[in-house]
Amino acid sequence: MIKRLIGIKPEDLKMTLEHLKNEGFIYLSFITAVDKLKSFELYYRLVNPESGECAVVKTEIDREEPGIDSVTDLFKGANWHEREIYDLFGIKFKGHPELRRILLYDGFEGHPLRKDWSSPDVEKRPGDFV
Amino acid sequence: MGIRHSKPGPLAPVIYLTKLDRLFEWGRKNSNWPLPWGLACCAIEMMATFASRYDLDRFGVLGGFPSPRQSDTIIVAGTVTKKMAPVIKRLYEQMPEPKYVIAMGNCAVSGGIYYYDSYSVVKGVDKIIPVDIYIPGCPPRPEALIDAFLKLRQKIESEGR
Repeated sequence: MIKRLIGIKPEDLKMTLEHLKNEGFIYLSFITAVDKLKSFELYYRLVNPESGECAVVKTEIDREEPGIDSVTDLFKGANWHEREIYDLFGIKFKGHPELRRILLYDGFEGHPLRKDWSSPDVEKRPGDFV
Repeated sequence: MGIRHSKPGPLAPVIYLTKLDRLFEWGRKNSNWPLPWGLACCAIEMMATFASRYDLDRFGVLGGFPSPRQSDTIIVAGTVTKKMAPVIKRLYEQMPEPKYVIAMGNCAVSGGIYYYDSYSVVKGVDKIIPVDIYIPGCPPRPEALIDAFLKLRQKIESEGR
């Protein structure tokens, strides 16, 4: 039940989330990222537990040197979400207290959910299996 | 084991003549202490096998006491990720000899559905530790795990021959 989908510039993200939080959207459901080949899209889903409404905030960031402000000071739960996105997409969250890999082991090379990531260890499925 | 009765009768003393190795094998095969590695959904089937309906205790297999220093058998039930692999190897090395490994489910056997296009999964637990019994299935039924333990008993029994 998406009530609002808000597309904003990355520099306005924190201000927008803070505003929504003051409006009652106090629960951060998830953060996720999408690799659009030319850029990364980040989605923040917020829930208002009083009314049951939810809002999705979308922003688009540069693919070269991707980075955005961390929202861990607004939502504590953002900590591990941001670490996961850093782990799998390599997006750096400025101001994150402990930005290191969360799912993959230390020493893993690259960020595997990027579309252009590849490794000789990964065996491709033979044939056109789409 | 050869049995010799010194004299007939219900309370007559009985002498067993056997090799000590065979005696140890006999004890080992009838009292197995597994170290369960519930790494994915196969763990649910493994827990069901330990629980009352299938009851591995009937075969002398103790369930639910994961302690590497006392165990005989590792049950690798589930997907072995590259992050978990060093931990499995380390706990395997902490176990005393003799030790056995059961690879339960397709993921532990070969990587299963994660064989292709996966960046994080080890393609079979036999890449890191030697496996005695393979159980295919996704996940295998509890009967399959019981069968694996019966096969393992046969293996232990036939070792010294």
